[in-house]
Amino acid sequence: MKIINEMRLVFPSKSLNESFARTTIASFISCLDPTISELADIKTAVSEAVTNSIVHAYKETVGSIYISSQIYENGKITIKIKDKGSGIEDVKKAMEPLFTTGGEERAGLGFAVMQSFMDKIKVISKIGKGTTVTMEKTIIPRVKLNK
Amino acid sequence: MAVKIEKRSGCVIATLDGDIDHHTAKNIRESIDSEVEKTKPKILKLDFNKVNFMDSSGIGLIMGRYKLMKLLNGDLELINVSQRIGKIMRLSGIYKLKKY
Ligand SMILES: Nc1ncnc2c1ncn2[C@@H]1O[C@H](COP(=O)(O)OP(=O)(O)O)[C@@H](O)[C@H]1O
Ligand SMILES: [Mg+2]
Repeated sequence: MKIINEMRLVFPSKSLNESFARTTIASFISCLDPTISELADIKTAVSEAVTNSIVHAYKETVGSIYISSQIYENGKITIKIKDKGSGIEDVKKAMEPLFTTGGEERAGLGFAVMQSFMDKIKVISKIGKGTTVTMEKTIIPRVKLNK
Repeated sequence: MAVKIEKRSGCVIATLDGDIDHHTAKNIRESIDSEVEKTKPKILKLDFNKVNFMDSSGIGLIMGRYKLMKLLNGDLELINVSQRIGKIMRLSGIYKLKKY
């Protein structure tokens, strides 16, 4: 499948970048003319992954967060969010709804949201090396894409 | 994100305006909790009418206020939850705590 557009983004793990990341992705995919609900789903999933890098991966430090995204001809969007932080010991367990190592104010629902709001999610993580979350969602283009 | 806090006969009403994420949750939490701990209301109402965006940090925020109100033998009410943020509310199972 042909890629019609792609982008990369690197920014420090500061919490004010949570809104920067999700609104940037929203404007990147706006060429597909997504519905309000498709847009909200993608923004929410990106916000979850970026927040996890900020809150968990780089808990006591500030490190870089790397986002790359592709838009394909058929309306498929892939988004990769990567950090070089703490890594996750047991990915399967971390992805269970309500599991959190974040204490009182975390709901433990970030991965559950990413899973249900996107079509596909893949998580690769290594302790001490970092975490990469790759997500995919296809939205039916309502406009002719300019290739 | 702006939080407006009002008091009305045993009620604290927090009107939230803007995006709720991990970045904005801290300030919202502090504004609400300082008022709730001071007035110890019977009911805390969170008004979502002007909330454009909310992720699971917002769910954490709601759960935390729910626990706080239970400690005070009070209740939490969520009002004006839009379609847009209703989806994450449903996914979280928060409606099972109480029927809204
Ligand atoms: N990028 C990451 N780096 C390190 N740990 C992570 C990362 N993402 C998630 N985790 C771990 O997975 C758990 C579950 O994440 P999530 O479902 O988003 O819930 P929450 O963020 O509310 O804790 C986190 O508490 C944390 O232990
Ligand atoms: Mg999370």
